[in-house]
Amino acid sequence: MEYVPILLLFVLGFGFAVFSVTIAEVTGPRRFNKAKQEGYECGIEPSPQPVVGGGRMPVAYYLTAMLFILFDIEMVFLYPFAVTADALGVFGLVEIVLFIATVAFAYAYVWRRGGLDWN
Amino acid sequence: MTTPASLPDIDYAGVAPVLIILGAACIGVLLEAFVPRSQRWAVQVVLSLLAIVVAAIALGAYLYTGPQNTSTFAGSIALDRPALFLWGTLLALGLGSILLIADRVVEPGGAFVAQAGIRPGTMLDKEQANRSSMQTEVFPLALFSLAGMMIFCSANDLLSMFVALEVLSLPLYLMCGLARRRRLLSQEAAVKYFLLGAFASAFFLYGVALLYGYANSVKLADIANAAGGTNRSDALLFLGMGLLLIGLLFKGSVGPFHTWTPDVYQGAPTPMTAFMGACTKVAAFGAILRVLMVAFGSTHWEWQTIMWVVAGISMLLGAILGITQTDVKRMIAYSSVAHAGFLLVGVLALDGSGIRATLFYLISYGFTTIAAFGVVSLVRDGTGESTSLSSWAGLGKRSPLLAGIFTFLLLALAGIPLTSGFVSKFVVFAAGMSAGITPLVVLGLIASTIAAFFYLRVIVLMYFSEPAADGPTVTLPGMYTTAAITLGTLVTLLLGVYPSFMLDWAGTGGFVV
Amino acid sequence: MSIAASETVQQASGTMSLAWLLFALPAFGALVLLLGGRRTNSWGHILGVLTVVAAFAVGLVLFFTSLGAPPDQRTLNLHLFDWIDVGSLQVEFGMRLDPLSMVFVLLITGVGALIHIYSIGYMDDDRDRRRFFGYLNLFVFSMLILVLGNSFITLYLGWEGVGLASYLLIGWYSDRRSAATASKKAFLMNRVGDVGLAIAIFLLWANLGSTQYTEVFARAGQLSPGTATAIALLLLLGACGKSGQFPLQAWLPDAMEGPTPVSALIHAATMVTAGVYLVARSNPIFDLTETGRLVVTLIGAFTLLLGCIVGCAYDDIKKVLAYSTVSQIGYMMLGVGLGPFGYALGIIHLLAHGFFKAGLFLGAGSIMHAMNDEVDMRKFGGLWRKLPITFVTFGLGYLALIGFPFLSGYYTKDAIIEAAFGAGGWRGWVFGLAGAIGAALTAFYMTRLMLMTFFGKSRWKELRSADDREFHPHEAKPVMWVPMVLLAIGSLGAGAFFVLGDRVVNYLSPTLGRLSTAESHPIPELLITIGTLVLAAIGVLVAWLIFGRAKDIPAQRPENVSGIVRAARKDLYGNALNEALIARPGIWLDRFLVWLDNKGVDGLVNGTAALFGGSSGRLRRLQTGFVRSYALSMLAGGVILIGALLMVRYA
Repeated sequence: MEYVPILLLFVLGFGFAVFSVTIAEVTGPRRFNKAKQEGYECGIEPSPQPVVGGGRMPVAYYLTAMLFILFDIEMVFLYPFAVTADALGVFGLVEIVLFIATVAFAYAYVWRRGGLDWN
Repeated sequence: MTTPASLPDIDYAGVAPVLIILGAACIGVLLEAFVPRSQRWAVQVVLSLLAIVVAAIALGAYLYTGPQNTSTFAGSIALDRPALFLWGTLLALGLGSILLIADRVVEPGGAFVAQAGIRPGTMLDKEQANRSSMQTEVFPLALFSLAGMMIFCSANDLLSMFVALEVLSLPLYLMCGLARRRRLLSQEAAVKYFLLGAFASAFFLYGVALLYGYANSVKLADIANAAGGTNRSDALLFLGMGLLLIGLLFKGSVGPFHTWTPDVYQGAPTPMTAFMGACTKVAAFGAILRVLMVAFGSTHWEWQTIMWVVAGISMLLGAILGITQTDVKRMIAYSSVAHAGFLLVGVLALDGSGIRATLFYLISYGFTTIAAFGVVSLVRDGTGESTSLSSWAGLGKRSPLLAGIFTFLLLALAGIPLTSGFVSKFVVFAAGMSAGITPLVVLGLIASTIAAFFYLRVIVLMYFSEPAADGPTVTLPGMYTTAAITLGTLVTLLLGVYPSFMLDWAGTGGFVV
Repeated sequence: MSIAASETVQQASGTMSLAWLLFALPAFGALVLLLGGRRTNSWGHILGVLTVVAAFAVGLVLFFTSLGAPPDQRTLNLHLFDWIDVGSLQVEFGMRLDPLSMVFVLLITGVGALIHIYSIGYMDDDRDRRRFFGYLNLFVFSMLILVLGNSFITLYLGWEGVGLASYLLIGWYSDRRSAATASKKAFLMNRVGDVGLAIAIFLLWANLGSTQYTEVFARAGQLSPGTATAIALLLLLGACGKSGQFPLQAWLPDAMEGPTPVSALIHAATMVTAGVYLVARSNPIFDLTETGRLVVTLIGAFTLLLGCIVGCAYDDIKKVLAYSTVSQIGYMMLGVGLGPFGYALGIIHLLAHGFFKAGLFLGAGSIMHAMNDEVDMRKFGGLWRKLPITFVTFGLGYLALIGFPFLSGYYTKDAIIEAAFGAGGWRGWVFGLAGAIGAALTAFYMTRLMLMTFFGKSRWKELRSADDREFHPHEAKPVMWVPMVLLAIGSLGAGAFFVLGDRVVNYLSPTLGRLSTAESHPIPELLITIGTLVLAAIGVLVAWLIFGRAKDIPAQRPENVSGIVRAARKDLYGNALNEALIARPGIWLDRFLVWLDNKGVDGLVNGTAALFGGSSGRLRRLQTGFVRSYALSMLAGGVILIGALLMVRYA
């Protein structure tokens, strides 16, 4: 019995999804333009269109994006560490230094192997 | 000033093997960054082999001096006998795989691509195929994966297990796509493995979540306690267990979750296939063994019949579909699906003799697999490895020694006496018999008979067919591949003739709770 | 009931502890010859012969040592090493030296040595003669392991080993497609039997916790009757596979694709009798189950008739001999199936048969050698002038086989027929008559073979062989005919030597128990003997009337024949039966699974897509990748797995 609300929520969510799709099909206007036909449609045409690589994004873009995420994650860990640094003591300090060092290894690798050169 | 947090006890001596491998992998990344291209290969080979040897020494030292059956990291990492045995197995098989990866004679420059980013089929790609250098990142990646496997089969809680699963899987996905030749096939394999692996990981994680909901803990022992001592609805327990198992069975390529196996085995560079075939199997079954026995042992009456069915399906699927394969690597892939079924028989015995049988099976199967893929990598034609079965015709006439070794390995896979394959099947089935799963054992015997047919077909081809005029040649292996094949073949023979010592080691203890 | 042999097992010491040399010698030969490569080409065959001759010498020494011991001390155990020695898992690698294994050792090494010598001549012009001897040594090694092992596991080791060697040797002439097919067939049908054997071994293991003969036989009484019967039947399945008994007989005639010495050694004298050995060896288990023994006798009786009938129809000299082997092993099975009344009789017939059938095959090999490897008897005729030694030795083998008075077969086959009549009730009549009719048919087809080959018009004079050469028959070299002569002497006297004074029966009694004799026969024993002889004589006479008097036997085989002949030419549909029972369902299952693997899951995806999307364009798009179908099959598997888990829980 305790699961009934969850079940209800599930039915509600499913119903809403079905409803939205159906109502859009039935009532929505059908005007297509280039932006709507894009693979990753967000209402805006990408500008400029990538020319190299047969219309794909240059791979360096993903490298940068991933590096960004990497350091983002590092921050996510650093913040709680900073808050509880006192309680964790030396052990915590060693651990976080190890963590930063590991991430730095990856950074060094990317840097030395030209991952940061845009071209 | 806050009060100091309670810190977990860490048995550094115990986890030293894993730390050494992980450390070496990190150093490997740095070496990639700072060592000039021309020296990287040599440095990486030395580092990897050294790391494995040092880790093995550390493991040996701990086995002699360390406490028995403990766990560390607040109970997250088990240091019990099965875990240590599996670590030893993984290190030994990892050594063999690294040897295969390191070879640069068979395929000039190594089996791995020089520059992975080039589009397949272009002029640049053809040029890289003939240039003699390889992505040496493979070595640290393999070490990362190896360390992940070691943690995977000793993880005593589900979150550590999940992290280990990802640590072992991600490098594998990547390395699958690094074949020097047949780039498209290789990349296809990598993408397939990645997508399906991610799919399976999702199942695993969802299972973990449900089990946490059930037991309020991700520790295997707590799940077992909760299952034994509450009157909560166990729908969550079994739902969670099912989802968790899908993730694990996927890694062990147990049918019907095997679908990735043939494609990935075929597309991946052969040393990588050997690594996957041997080490991933060990890690996956180590984890399955632990999860089923520690976390779900108390409820086995509820689920064991279903797992019997899964094991049976895997055996039959592997054995029967193997018959129609026309590619050596795909054939061994289906054979590994069948072997996964046999392994499950040992797991499902759910007792000490089952653990011993499964552990023994894993090490003997692993060595046979490494040697077999080593041989596969030697049969080549102008476009690289010639894995199509038809081109293996008459190999016995061209290269009697190689054909002889491969025959021996196939007989081991088929389970003919005096090979490790026989002993491992025997102990697994004997454990199954004494645990009362007779129907599954009978099915296993029938399936191994069916499987014998396709091993036999290769033997027939090698000895009783005329070699094709434009058939492949057998490349003289370099030092590393020779060492790997010799190691695998000798262990296959040794464990077939004198298995007692290994069985003794494998059977010295159960899981720590 | 038989005396349990297990009570008197002692450790081997002194001379007997040298027994490991028996299989170490051929193993050494096989290793050197197979790994030595071309360097050993010039002297390889000599080494191959020497190892087996030396093993025979060792066998003789051991045999006489064992004869010197009192009967209750003839069963010895020689511990070699602990193969698997962990906790409850104990598998010892050791040898059991008892009368049963000793007679097999003498047969294998004795006949084996002769055939090795013969092969020097027969394989003279084969480039790979050295490898051939390597395989032969491998076979002798495995066969000795099979009979000398002291547990069912070692027996299984030898069992697989002889299978492998036989398979390698059947496919020897690899340029012939039929040879490859035949070896594959042999391997597969043997594997069907092997599954039976393996399951039986695991059942013994599960019920008694051991596979050592001593343990198993001492405690066989603890088996429940149902289990005992199941084990007996599974052992029998293994025996049928190896020994070419119904329903797994079809591989044996095809195995004649191998070189003739192989047919003589493996597919006539030794390996194919391993099934009989298995039943005799497991006598304490078969003693427990009336049903098990009955099935053995039924299969034996049926196979012996089947072999005879098919043997009458073939024109291929080796296939006739092969079906004759099938049928003679049927006699042996019938013998050992009679239990304490027949274990020893089956073994004695096996020994005698080993001599004369090996001799017959070597004779056939000599004929083929003389006739450009031709095997079609319709192209022979009148060869006795050209091949006098072959004719005489082959003739003696022939007489021994059809049971001519005082030759081998007369003593050994007659004993089985007599014992069969003594089985009592309907069984006595059925088995006895089957044996007697079999004797008549044997006489018929063997006489036909003799007449078509050695007598009548020399049809080969007007014909050419397949490779368009003329036939110039000539007697073989001494290295070939000396073994034939020795085997012919065996077929002359072996039966009498074995049977008179119950020599072998008494010798075997520590292993197989005292031979019981029936209290009453439905017809007097003398009448059985005479009746069998008369039936055999009728068989000879009929054959002579049809084939001996005929002025001309057509060189092409007539196609306009009766239904029975047609059925017999098709092996009484043995192949069709195997095809229908095993091969076809296997192929269907395989195809179905492949379909399921490739198309089915895909089809499901497409079906789902069609259901939701409806447009064919979308359907095509979905077909481009397979990952989604893999994922779907995983999902389906997962749903079923979880569904089943929950169902079992809440059912």
